[in-house]
Amino acid sequence: MKIEIKDLHFTYPTGVEALRGISLTIESGEQVAIVGQNGAGKTTLVKHLNGLLLPTRGQVLVGDWDTSKYPVAKLASRVGYVFQNPDEQLFSKNVGAEVAFGPRNLRFRGEQVEALVKDALALTELSDKTETNPYDLSAPWRKMVALASIISMDTQIVIFDEPTTGQDAVNIARIANVIKTLRERGKTVITITHDIDFCAENFERVIAMSQGKILLEGKANEVLEQDEILATTYVDPPQLTRLGKRLGFEKTVKNQEEFLAALKK
Amino acid sequence: MAIVNLQNVTYQYPLTDSPALQNISLQVNEGEFVAVVGPNGAGKSTLCYTLAGFVPHFFKGQLTGTIEVAGIQSHQTSLPEWVLNVGLAFQNPFNQISGAKFTVFEELAFGLENIGVPRDEMKARVEEAMKLTGISDLADRSPYSLSGGQQQRVALTSILVMQPKVLVLDEPTSQMDPIGTREVFGVIREMAERGMTVILVEHKVEWIAQFADRVIALHDGQVLLEGKPGEVLTSDLLAEKGFGLSRYTSVARRAQELGLWTKDTLPVTLDEAVDGFSLTPDPSLRSASQSPTGRGES
Repeated sequence: MKIEIKDLHFTYPTGVEALRGISLTIESGEQVAIVGQNGAGKTTLVKHLNGLLLPTRGQVLVGDWDTSKYPVAKLASRVGYVFQNPDEQLFSKNVGAEVAFGPRNLRFRGEQVEALVKDALALTELSDKTETNPYDLSAPWRKMVALASIISMDTQIVIFDEPTTGQDAVNIARIANVIKTLRERGKTVITITHDIDFCAENFERVIAMSQGKILLEGKANEVLEQDEILATTYVDPPQLTRLGKRLGFEKTVKNQEEFLAALKK
Repeated sequence: MAIVNLQNVTYQYPLTDSPALQNISLQVNEGEFVAVVGPNGAGKSTLCYTLAGFVPHFFKGQLTGTIEVAGIQSHQTSLPEWVLNVGLAFQNPFNQISGAKFTVFEELAFGLENIGVPRDEMKARVEEAMKLTGISDLADRSPYSLSGGQQQRVALTSILVMQPKVLVLDEPTSQMDPIGTREVFGVIREMAERGMTVILVEHKVEWIAQFADRVIALHDGQVLLEGKPGEVLTSDLLAEKGFGLSRYTSVARRAQELGLWTKDTLPVTLDEAVDGFSLTPDPSLRSASQSPTGRGES
C-alpha cells in the first residue's frame, strides 16, 4: 500500500503556514525516519496520513484512498498513529482494554481481537500488565501502552511520533525491536524522531524537514553525512558518523558495525 | 559549602509496596552542576519531587531522613516558603503550565505575581529570562499553542525568572531538537556559573560529560555510583545495569575487546573518542587520522 503526497500545503486556522509544498512517495513496507527542528512541520505532515488534518492545497493518497474523501475512522484501518504524548490517547481502565479498543472498533471478531491484543502486548513486553490502569504506570511505560494499542490494530502503515522521548536505553532497545518486527512483517513504518542515533541505527531512509518543506531525503547514509545542510534544520549527524568523519574514514558510517568494519580496514 | 543536604532519605508513595528512594544521602555545593542519570523507575523524578518539596508537602506517603536546602529542613517549612529557594521544571511541561494565563508573557509572570514582586521589576525579569532562553518571540502566544520543545523552554524560563538558589530540572530537553538541546545546556551552564546550583536529570550523557561537574547514577532508588562524569559514565557497572551510555563509550568498549582501543580510559565525548582512536597502534589507521584526506584505500 503506497503513500503518495502531492504538493501538500497546509495552513493552520491561526495563519501559520506549516507545510509549504511537500511531494513524497513512500512504498509499501518502507521504514522511514523524519527528522528536523522543532516546528519544521513533522507532526503536521504525519497527521495528514490518517486524515486528522486535511490539505489546504494538494493531495494525500493512502493506497487508492484520497484522505480528503474518507473519514478518519475509515482511514484508521490503514494507518495507525501513536501520538507524541501518550496521555492524549489513553483512556481505558486497564491496559488490556486499552489495547483491545482499536481492533474492536475496526470490527475484528472476538478471537481475532484476542490474538491481536496478545501479540501487541508480547511485542511491547506488557503481557504482565494487562490488568493495570495505564495511569498507574510510569510515563515511559504509558508510551509502550500507546504503542501496543496501535500495533494491535494491525494496520499496514504505522506512524510513531517521537517514540524514544524520555525512554531509557532498555526501553529504546525494546522500541527498536518493535520496529524491526514490524519490518519483518512487511509493515510501513514512519517515525518522527529527534534521536538521530536511534534514527541511524534503525532506518534505511531518512527525510529531513525544515520550515514546512523537505530539505533532504534519501538513503540514511547519504542524508546523515550532510552535516552543513542538516545544521540548518538543527540536526547533528549521528555520533559515530561524526566520529568517522573526524577520523578521516572515506565512507560514511552510521552504526557500530559499520564503524568497527571501517576501523579494522 | 553544601546548599543541598539529604541525609538517609527513604520515601515510599502511598499504596505502593516498596520505597521509591532508599537511604539516599547527598550533598550538593553552592554553584555546583550535578547531573542525575538512571534507567526508568530508578527514582530520578521522585528525587526531583523531594528536592522541590512536593515530597512530603504534596505527595503523601512515608518519608524518613532529612532534606535540607539553604539551611532549612523541608518538613519544618511550608511549600510556599520552600519554593523560594528551589525551582523545579517538570518532565512534562504540559503539566506545569498554569492554565490560568492567556499568553506566555503572563505565564512567566505568574510565579512573580504570587510572591508580590513589583510590576516594573516583574516585567524586567520576565523580559530578561525570555531573552536568555531565546523565547522573546513567543511572548504573545498562548502557552498551549506551542510545540513540545517550545513548551519546555517556557517551563524552564518560568523557573529561571523566579531566580531560585537551586534549580532542579527533570529532563528539560527531552522534546527538543539537538541544537535546541545545545542552547539549553548553554543556558543551564551559565546559570551555574552565575552561582545557581543545578541538579539535572538527563539521558543525554554526551552533554552531561561536557557540562556537569559531577554525576550521580541512581538505580532502584539508591545511589549506585557518583563522581566525575568521565569516570561514572564509562564505568562497567553502568553498562551492566542497563544505563544509557554514549555511543562513543559503547563503540570504544567493543573496539577494546577487538584490540582496537588501547587507552586505559573510555571516551564519553567526541573529542575524547577522536583522541583515543587516533592513538591506536594499527599503522594504517594512524596515518589515516593524521591525514585529513583519508587513507586512500577502498
